[in-house]
Amino acid sequence: MADEISSASSRTPAQVDWGYAPAPEATDHVKLREEYGLLIGGRWVAPLSESTFKTINPASEEVLAVIAEGGEEDVDAAVKAARTAYTKVWSKTSGTERAKYLYRIARILQERSREFAVLESMNGGKPIKESRDVDLPLAAAHFFYHAGWADKLDYAFPGRRPRPLGVAAQVIPWNFPLLMAAWKLAPALAAGNTVVLKPAETTPLTALLLGEVLQQAELPDGVVNIITGAGQTGAALVGHPDVDKVAFTGSTEVGKAIQRTLAGSGKRLTLELGGKAANIVLDDAPLDQAVEGIINGIYFNQGHVCCAGSRLLVQESVAEPLVAKLKRRMTTLRVGDPLDKNTDIGAINSRAQLDRIEELVASGEADGAEAWQPPCQLPERGFWFRPTVFTHVAQSYRIAQEEIFGPVLSVLTFRTPDEAVTKANNTPSGLSAGVWTDKGSRILDLAGRLRAGVVWANTFNRFDPTSPFGGYQESGFGREGGRHGLASYVDLE
Amino acid sequence: MADPDRLEVRKTYKLYIGGKFPRTESGRSYLVNDAKGKPLANACRASRKDVRDAVVAARKAFPGWSGATAYNRGQVLYRVAEMLEGRRDQFVEEVVKAEGATQRQAADAVAKAVDRWVWYAGWADKLAQVLGSANPVAGPYFNFSVPEPTGVVGLVAPADSSLVGLVSRLAPIIVSGNTAVVLTSQTRPLPAVTLGEVLATSDLPGGVVNLLSGFTTELIGPLAAHMDVDALDLAGLDLALYRDAELAAATNVKRVVAPLRLSQRAWLDDARTQDPYWIAAFLEIKTVWHPIGV
Repeated sequence: MADEISSASSRTPAQVDWGYAPAPEATDHVKLREEYGLLIGGRWVAPLSESTFKTINPASEEVLAVIAEGGEEDVDAAVKAARTAYTKVWSKTSGTERAKYLYRIARILQERSREFAVLESMNGGKPIKESRDVDLPLAAAHFFYHAGWADKLDYAFPGRRPRPLGVAAQVIPWNFPLLMAAWKLAPALAAGNTVVLKPAETTPLTALLLGEVLQQAELPDGVVNIITGAGQTGAALVGHPDVDKVAFTGSTEVGKAIQRTLAGSGKRLTLELGGKAANIVLDDAPLDQAVEGIINGIYFNQGHVCCAGSRLLVQESVAEPLVAKLKRRMTTLRVGDPLDKNTDIGAINSRAQLDRIEELVASGEADGAEAWQPPCQLPERGFWFRPTVFTHVAQSYRIAQEEIFGPVLSVLTFRTPDEAVTKANNTPSGLSAGVWTDKGSRILDLAGRLRAGVVWANTFNRFDPTSPFGGYQESGFGREGGRHGLASYVDLE
Repeated sequence: MADPDRLEVRKTYKLYIGGKFPRTESGRSYLVNDAKGKPLANACRASRKDVRDAVVAARKAFPGWSGATAYNRGQVLYRVAEMLEGRRDQFVEEVVKAEGATQRQAADAVAKAVDRWVWYAGWADKLAQVLGSANPVAGPYFNFSVPEPTGVVGLVAPADSSLVGLVSRLAPIIVSGNTAVVLTSQTRPLPAVTLGEVLATSDLPGGVVNLLSGFTTELIGPLAAHMDVDALDLAGLDLALYRDAELAAATNVKRVVAPLRLSQRAWLDDARTQDPYWIAAFLEIKTVWHPIGV
């Protein structure tokens, strides 16, 4: 070692190989079963539908496990189990006891975080550095935060005595599979509800592993039931007559369909849907810092983020240098093996999603926008898409209006802050927005006028269990996180 | 009361849109009877186009009203109470006719309507403190959440309680900065139309409240499906129309408050109708992050 150092110091710099060396995370810590059943009433059962599907690793297209596809009768059994657990056990469990279960779950997630992080990256394609540093810590934090509310609900809603709603049906997306499960389960359980959870079709594994954690925590049987499957399974669940509350995170299209399903029922519904966030850079912004925020805003999790900063709005006077800096920074992004600790951009979650991204990118080029991608090699197998930036984008282009849900950024320019606000608000959605400027009064002015549920000023894509998250307009209604998120799971009448 | 030798000057009941009192563009009217079936007046039978005009007016008024200071909005709502107080006798007469109430019942209802404006007025500058929060995130960020108005809210006014019912739903919608398009009670629209005269003289900017009399079955569809309406308060909607209204509302993911069945008596009950969560139903929570120390 000492020799190496001394000999290295005598070399000329040109001889040192600073090239890329893979640093793959080991997978031996993850023990997968060949086949997974449904978690109903505390037992892992084979689906009555007798139907199964395979779940794959999107980075290699290798099959990871065989998953049960819950049918209507399975959904019915799960809802019945949740109802029984609600009536007989959970509604009679004190807040203090509920809190302790949630604390246990948080602790077990922390203890088993490596296993979960690796599995999340294997099944979903996200870089290990993100599942390790973002998804897992936040999921555990979410349980920990909500645990403390379970016996303090009376303080959350002044003048009211909050009561649980009953059985909650929760349908979650594939972009943050475990984290979304935590966002949904923790407040529901803290408030005293029981749950039927439907993980996304392409990413069931960490939710199923979470099912094992719940058992390890000795959560009473049936308090959480997990039903895997695709759209039909989800539709059966949200349409089940004995469900009291529906919570959905996913596409705007499906969200609208769920609102229609529940129309006239008076059932409680929260929707966290798509977005087309504007990330606004004003002329006085620190550009290098802004570039980091833009990169994080759109390329975090391959752009599979509902609040992704997918529309960059730059003040005209700084557009040229900013885009140049952005492109230079994009050349340093490493696309590839999600389990490699160096990877910045992992695999696209599924073939279907890759098709959607490719279709929208083609529409951008056909509309007349100019696409640019850094040179980078993509693995031969699996689903990949290079980080992409579009310039010369008009507001009417589909790439400026529709959620791409991939690593694709559209750049638009503006001259005045008023114009920035008008353009930023010129979509039917309103989930998030970003503002970059050195001037506090401009931040507060723009933050006030942007019609979005979360505004990141001089930062982007930050999340915390204490911080309410959710959209305006067609990005849905209801909040997750904070005291406001609890409101979605209590009856205040 | 009436002088037998003098011919009464009757009032023409019109719509209230954008701070003005137009007739319906359709030129239609319908006969409104009192509780005993005796004709009271012709009311405008608003059309789909009137709904659209009212939504345009409400949207136009939104930036100004939502951008006004909370102190200012509170004063304006209090001013509405002042104006209503000054015209109590007129409203008592209207409520007696519309609802078949006794003088005493009507006087109670009008007094409650005045007090309700006062109660909700006081919330304007307390909402952010009671419903907002500073959030202790695990990192070097300043993070806070504030309530903001949802936008343009369509309100189906209570069918029976023509004044206090309407006020009890309308005040919580507008106090936070929302603007409203109201479908008045179909059978008892006249007190609502007269309330428009109070609103017009209360420093309430034109377009913040728009009042449409007419047939609910005809107007709820266009209102519920309108892409520039952000939320619906279906308090007074017949349950039979609820599902269709919400189906239409899903087109742009409107926030929907379900029909509310309250008796005439319940509308007078402060404990049931003075409720900050009625305000919260038409609020969005906005969360802002900023780094600390960079």
